[in-house]
Amino acid sequence: MNIIVCVKQVPSSNEVRLDPVRKTIIRDSSKAVANPFDVTAVEAAVQIREKHGGTVTALSMGIPATEKLLRDEIARGADKAVLLTDRVFAGADTLATSYTLAKAVNTLGGADLILCGKMATDGDTAQIGPELSAWLDVPCVTDVIEIKETDDRHIVCVRNTDAGTETVKVELPAVITVVKNLTIPRLPSIAGIRKSLDAEVRLVKAAELGADPSRIGLDGSPTQVIRTFPQEKKGEAVKIEADKAAAAVMELWEEL
Amino acid sequence: MGIKIDRDKCVLCEACVASCPNGALSSGDEICIDEEKCILCGACVNNCPMEAITLEKEQAAADEGSSGIWVAVQQQDGRPIPAALELIHKARELADIKKCTVTAVCPGKGSGFEKELIEAGADEVIFCISENMADSDDDAYARILIPLIKERNPETVLFSATILGRSAAPRIAAKLGTGLTADCTALSIEPDTGLLAQTRPALGGNLMATILCPGTRPQMATIRPGIFPAPFPDETRTGKAEYLRAGDTTGRGFEIISAEAKKESGGISDAEVLLVAGRGIGSARNLKKVFELAELMGAKVGVSRPLIDMGWAEYPHQVGQTGATVAPKLLISLGVSGAIQHLAGMGGAKTVVAVNTDEAAPITRQADHVIHMDCVEFVDELTRSFKERKEL
Repeated sequence: MNIIVCVKQVPSSNEVRLDPVRKTIIRDSSKAVANPFDVTAVEAAVQIREKHGGTVTALSMGIPATEKLLRDEIARGADKAVLLTDRVFAGADTLATSYTLAKAVNTLGGADLILCGKMATDGDTAQIGPELSAWLDVPCVTDVIEIKETDDRHIVCVRNTDAGTETVKVELPAVITVVKNLTIPRLPSIAGIRKSLDAEVRLVKAAELGADPSRIGLDGSPTQVIRTFPQEKKGEAVKIEADKAAAAVMELWEEL
Repeated sequence: MGIKIDRDKCVLCEACVASCPNGALSSGDEICIDEEKCILCGACVNNCPMEAITLEKEQAAADEGSSGIWVAVQQQDGRPIPAALELIHKARELADIKKCTVTAVCPGKGSGFEKELIEAGADEVIFCISENMADSDDDAYARILIPLIKERNPETVLFSATILGRSAAPRIAAKLGTGLTADCTALSIEPDTGLLAQTRPALGGNLMATILCPGTRPQMATIRPGIFPAPFPDETRTGKAEYLRAGDTTGRGFEIISAEAKKESGGISDAEVLLVAGRGIGSARNLKKVFELAELMGAKVGVSRPLIDMGWAEYPHQVGQTGATVAPKLLISLGVSGAIQHLAGMGGAKTVVAVNTDEAAPITRQADHVIHMDCVEFVDELTRSFKERKEL
C-alpha cells in the first residue's frame, strides 16, 4: 500500500508574551517541531505498512529548514520524504495549502491512503484533511480514534462524532485524519537514524507540480488576517478565604 | 507579492522581530527579512505599531451578485441542535446591519421545524430531506449543500463548529474555492466594507485573530457552539419554508457500519459543572475523592495532562489543547498549575474557581475566584458540605 502522510512544522511553544509598554506581541521562535498529531499519523502509516507492505512517504510544505523534521520522520520509519518548498508557496491559507498538497499527491503518482493529523497545534483549524479530500475527490474520515483494518481496497476505522463514535468503511484512495493518541509514536531506532542521515529529501518547486499560480501561496489564499490581539484577560479574581471556601462554592453551585 | 517595509516609517523598534514565529526578521541598520524562513504569515504586519510593514497581494473583486446570510443547520434525531438556533439568532443580528435575509438550510432526515428557526431569526428555511441520512454523515451533508450554495449564491454561509461542521465545511469551501475560518468565537460586520469579520483564537488560545475573506464568495466560517446566547423565540416573526428532496447520496464509497452513543463517563465537553484535578491532588486515591464529590454535585471530572501520563485517569478526561475543550457554567480547578495547553481547553468556562496552594499559579489569572488552600482539604470540606445538604 502506497501511503502519504502530511506533516507540518509548528513552533514548539505557543506562548505569547505582551510587551507591557507597546502592547505588541512577543513570540518565542527558537524551536520548531513536527506537529504532534502528524507524528502519530506517521506511526499509524508505518504500522499499516508493516502489516501490508508498501511505502510511507512523509510530505510537507514549508521553508527549507523543514527538511530536518522530515528526516526525523524517516528515522521513525517513513521510507521517503518530499518537501514542497518555494517562495511562491508562502502566505498560503488552508485552501491554498490543501490545493498545493493535492497537486503534490498527484505529482507523486497518487496514493492509496493519505493520512493527516486531525489538526496542527499552531493553527488549530483541522481543515487541511477534509479540504485535501475535496481537491482529490476522494472520501474523507476525520477525527479517527482507531484504525481497525485495511485491505487493498478499503479502510475500516472508528471516528468521533457529535453523538459518540462510529465505525465507518471507506473505499481507497481516501484521506484519514487522526487524533493524537490514536497510537503512541515509536522513538527513532539507531538503524532509522542512520538511514535518515543518508536519505534524500526530495525538494519540489511549484513549477514541478503544474500548479495554477493563482491558487497557491498568498495570492491563492482567500482569507486574510487583518488584526491579531492578545486574548482579553479576565478581571481581577475574587479571593475566597479557606474557612469560607466550601460555603462560597456551594453558593456558586446553587446559583446555577 | 511579498512583505514590504517602509523604511521612512520604521523606527527600528523591533516589535516585528519579536513577533515572528519563524525568526525570519533581524535588526541592524534596518530590518532584514530572511526569505528562507519567512512564510508571509503577516504576524509582523499586524504587530508593527508604526504601520510600516505591508503584505502585498493580488486581490480578486468579490462577486457582487451574492447576497444573504445562510446558516447550515445540523440535526440530531430529526431536530435542530441548540448551536444552530444560537447561530441563526446571531445571523439575524448581522443581517439587520447588512439589511439582508437569513436563510436556514437543513440537510438531513428531519423537517417541519421551520417555525422554531423563523422565531429564532430566519426569514427563509430550506429543508433538504434525505430520510436515510445519519446525523453524523458529513460526506452527505457536504454533497447536499455544495450544489445548493452554487445555485443560490449566498454572500455568507455559517456552520456550527461541531465535529460534523468542522468536517463538512472544509469540503464545501474547497469545492467552492472559497475561504473558511475555523472555530470562530466572535462575528461582526466591518463598518467600512460590509465584510464579515471572523474572530478566532489562535496559538492555543493565546492570541485572537480577526480574519476577512474579501475576494471570494461565499464568506464561510464555523462557529464554536455555546458562544452566542440561545435565542428567546420571537413569535411575531414570519417567514417561508421550502421543501427539497436531497439527491441520492449513496454509492460514494463511504459507509457507516455501526454507531455507538457517547458513554456517560466521558463527554466532559458538555458538562455544566466540571471538577478539574491537577498534579496538586497528589494521589490516585485523592482523585477518587474528586469523583465522589462530582457524583454528589452532579458534576463531571476532568484532569490535566500529567494525571493521564501517570495513568490515574483515562484520556477522555483530559482537558486541554490535545484533550477535550470544555465550556461548563462552573469549573472548579483543583491543584492545577495551568499550563498554556491546559488553559487553551477551558477558555469557554463561564465561572472558574481555582483552588491552589500557589497563589501565583497561572491558573489564577484565568479564574474568577481564587481559593488559597490545599485542594484535597478543600475537596474533603466540600464533600462534607454536600453530604450534610443531602441529609437535610
